[in-house]
Amino acid sequence: MASSAQPARNAAPSSGDPSPGSVLSAADVARMVDRMAHQLIERAATDADAGDTTAGLANLVLVGIPTRGAPLARRLAARIEAFSGVTVDVATVDITLYRDDLRRRGVRALEPTELPAGGIDDRLVVLVDDVLYSGRSVRAALDALRDLGRPKAVQLAVLVDRGHRELPIRADLVGKNLPTSRTQKVSVRLVETDGVDEVLVTEERVAGRVDEP
Amino acid sequence: MKRHLLEAADLDRDDATLVLDTAAQIDQALAGREVKKLPTLRGRTVVNLFYEDSTRTRISFELAAKRLSADVINFSAKGSSVSKGESLKDTALTLEAMGADAVVVRHSSSGAPHRLANWVRGSVVNAGDGTHEHPTQALLDAYTIRQRLGRVEGVRVAIVGDVLHSRVARSNVGLLHTLGAEVTLVAPPTLLPVGVGSWPAEVSYDLDAVLPKVDVVMMLRVQAERMNASFFPSAREYSRRYGLDARRMGALPDDAIVMHPGPMNRGMEIAAEVADSARSTIVEQVANGVSTRMAVLYLLLGGAPQ
Amino acid sequence: MTSYLIKGARPLGGDPVDIHITDGRISAIGNSLDATGAEVVEAAGLIALPGLVDLHTHLREPGREDAETVETGSRAAALGGFTAVHAMANTDPVADTAGVVEQVWRLGQEAGLVDVVPVGAVTVGLKGERLAELGAMADSAARVRVFSDDGHCVADPALMRRALEYVKAFDGVVAQHAEEPRLTVGAQMHEGDRSAKLGLTGWPAAAEEAIIARDVLLAEHVGARLHVCHVSTAGSVEILRWAKSRGVQVTAEVTPHHLLLTDACAESYDPVFKVNPPLRTDADVEALRAGLADGTIDAVGTDHAPHAVEDKESEWAQARPGMLGLEQALAVVIETMVEPGRLDWAGVADRMSVRPAAIGRLDGLGIRSQGRPIAPGEPANLVLVDPAARATVDPAALASRSRNSPYAGRELPGRIVATFLRGTATVLDGKATR
Repeated sequence: MASSAQPARNAAPSSGDPSPGSVLSAADVARMVDRMAHQLIERAATDADAGDTTAGLANLVLVGIPTRGAPLARRLAARIEAFSGVTVDVATVDITLYRDDLRRRGVRALEPTELPAGGIDDRLVVLVDDVLYSGRSVRAALDALRDLGRPKAVQLAVLVDRGHRELPIRADLVGKNLPTSRTQKVSVRLVETDGVDEVLVTEERVAGRVDEP
Repeated sequence: MKRHLLEAADLDRDDATLVLDTAAQIDQALAGREVKKLPTLRGRTVVNLFYEDSTRTRISFELAAKRLSADVINFSAKGSSVSKGESLKDTALTLEAMGADAVVVRHSSSGAPHRLANWVRGSVVNAGDGTHEHPTQALLDAYTIRQRLGRVEGVRVAIVGDVLHSRVARSNVGLLHTLGAEVTLVAPPTLLPVGVGSWPAEVSYDLDAVLPKVDVVMMLRVQAERMNASFFPSAREYSRRYGLDARRMGALPDDAIVMHPGPMNRGMEIAAEVADSARSTIVEQVANGVSTRMAVLYLLLGGAPQ
Repeated sequence: MTSYLIKGARPLGGDPVDIHITDGRISAIGNSLDATGAEVVEAAGLIALPGLVDLHTHLREPGREDAETVETGSRAAALGGFTAVHAMANTDPVADTAGVVEQVWRLGQEAGLVDVVPVGAVTVGLKGERLAELGAMADSAARVRVFSDDGHCVADPALMRRALEYVKAFDGVVAQHAEEPRLTVGAQMHEGDRSAKLGLTGWPAAAEEAIIARDVLLAEHVGARLHVCHVSTAGSVEILRWAKSRGVQVTAEVTPHHLLLTDACAESYDPVFKVNPPLRTDADVEALRAGLADGTIDAVGTDHAPHAVEDKESEWAQARPGMLGLEQALAVVIETMVEPGRLDWAGVADRMSVRPAAIGRLDGLGIRSQGRPIAPGEPANLVLVDPAARATVDPAALASRSRNSPYAGRELPGRIVATFLRGTATVLDGKATR
């Protein structure tokens, strides 16, 4: 059983009016994205096949998982370009049609799947998502990638890892580990989709409902 | 979305838009892929129950279901226990016992899918019933219009031909109206139903007067045998008054498109050079049929806990 | 024979009286009658009407005993307050000979729940080609007076003229199923807005009206009696009104379902609502009610048409047309005519007993006398109705062998409490006595 400790450390937002349950502010999110961008540049530099940082980054594709993984991937690409001067390919893969829980959760509108012009064969794919929880979304994304091509390698970058994995999946890059209980709900909100950057941890009010696994 | 898709009126504007959007996303997701298959409906069973020969519609639904990884059973009523004797209800109970999650039904009797929907728990998709409706045809037509013209709202559509006996016309009038298009029906008065005045469409007997004022002209198949029941004097006269030939096509606005649900009677309602022209969307309609039907199956079957 | 004392019933809705029945006849009517030994039927608040007479019943025997028999149909009729029904000729074999009509007559006598009066076919095998032996049927034990190819129109105008003329010899009447067949090829429902939407082939009102117009002119020309079955359109009512104003000997009936239901029912595609002629529009329903109220339409005829489950649980186009009517006929008339104030109880007796009996020539003083006044000395053919009761129709509870009631789940007024056929109770306390 996971720890039931409250994740409220370091909760003071740096600006604006925080929403109830806000544990990470816009400034925190920006710092996390910057740090992840730097880590991606470092990894590219050590990509043995590529030879140097520029070639390593050129081989990279940031694949966002809609909804919020997509803007996160674009932000990471923008920061990488700002720090390194190299433009990185960004893509999105909608996983809705690959989910294994349609029967329980019902249908929803699909989001775009957009790949780089040359596809993803032999590229280093970094899947980008907002929250890592059960790992089922990542599994669905891996299934989708398998149908889309044959990358050289696939890695995973998430803004928040809240624990409670149900599959043997781990993230290669984590913005922040947030220990939570299963009864809690973790929400990442981004300007592009929600009008504000922040991360919330709230107590679930609807009995029996769990966060999107 | 309702559980069944029996007629165009089952879709409100939001539902219809969701189907078209979903079809577009599926198209995009599958574009250029070698593996044109999605695991979405793995473990679901889709039955194609066809009481009428319609190879193109059956194949389209079959491909749609298979691309979503559903198990597909083709239950062709012709030449089986169904063709004579076994009632629709008994067949429905059989399908129910087999655990069909969806039944795609084509039937020569108007309303047969409505009856079936009373007897099975799964979703019923009307793939054409008698002279009633063919809602997925209307969806793929709307999808094709949106793809070519960028919108459906405000688009002026002429539907030309045997409206009286056409399930395609009934579904298109309903769906296009729901989506905000302006429909004009063009036909000889004998091929318009009594009561057409209650439809959300204009009516004209004069094709030449209508053509310069439309963005889409949708030609309906006309069976030459209709002349035996005096719906029109001869195929030649029909073709002269209501056929779309190159001269008439020239009267269309520059970016107008020509549609036909198929199968075509070349030389009867549509001239070969029109069917094969750049305005013609006939081949696209076939391709769009698969993605539209995938969207329908996904939206009806994908979720909604049973 | 049991004698009955009906206490406190209101004949034709009038003041409460006691009615004493002995030896098959009404022996006395009055207040506080002394009837020692009579079985008492408490009838306070109940309306007494003469036993109802149906001009148009399909009993399906011989041929389709799985759908109805003379006995089950007779029981349904008694429970509906009827004491006589005319059994239509479209059986298998067709009732086009003296042998068949005598068989039906005998089966009815054996059942003993209502008088089953056979209708003879106009043409051999209902084929519309040549006259059946109408005289032989008229002279048979069944004493047929009503002739009809119902289910089919006698479409050939020359043949119709001859039939009208020929039956004059024995005071018969031709009951026409008015449907121009060339205008109703493949027809499934009323032709109008709804048929256009539903994609079902239309049955135009003009196909009925054209035949009625033709036949009233023929009846006038040859001076014969014409009866029009199941009138269903406003136009037909207009033509009948015109013909009657000219003195044409024409009578007409309307079904309960055409008084209540419209083509909107077809939107479910449930073939329980498929019937021929089809359910029409609100305007037609209104014209039919008005026509029945002013007497242009003489009678209510049920067109009770039982069908086996497999003939109705199907696609609309494959289903057979027709619906049950006997057990709910009076209820529908109360709902559509009495409660809105368009017909009083005397009017109900007139349209459901007196006039149909007269059309079928049952109104004499012979042994099958029907449609007579409620008066001492008259045959005790009576029905007691509780007008205040309301009940929801449950097809499973019907006495008919079939279940194709269009009123399933509908609440209707009026309960048949008792029915007497020549002094024998066929229904008591709402239940068939056998």
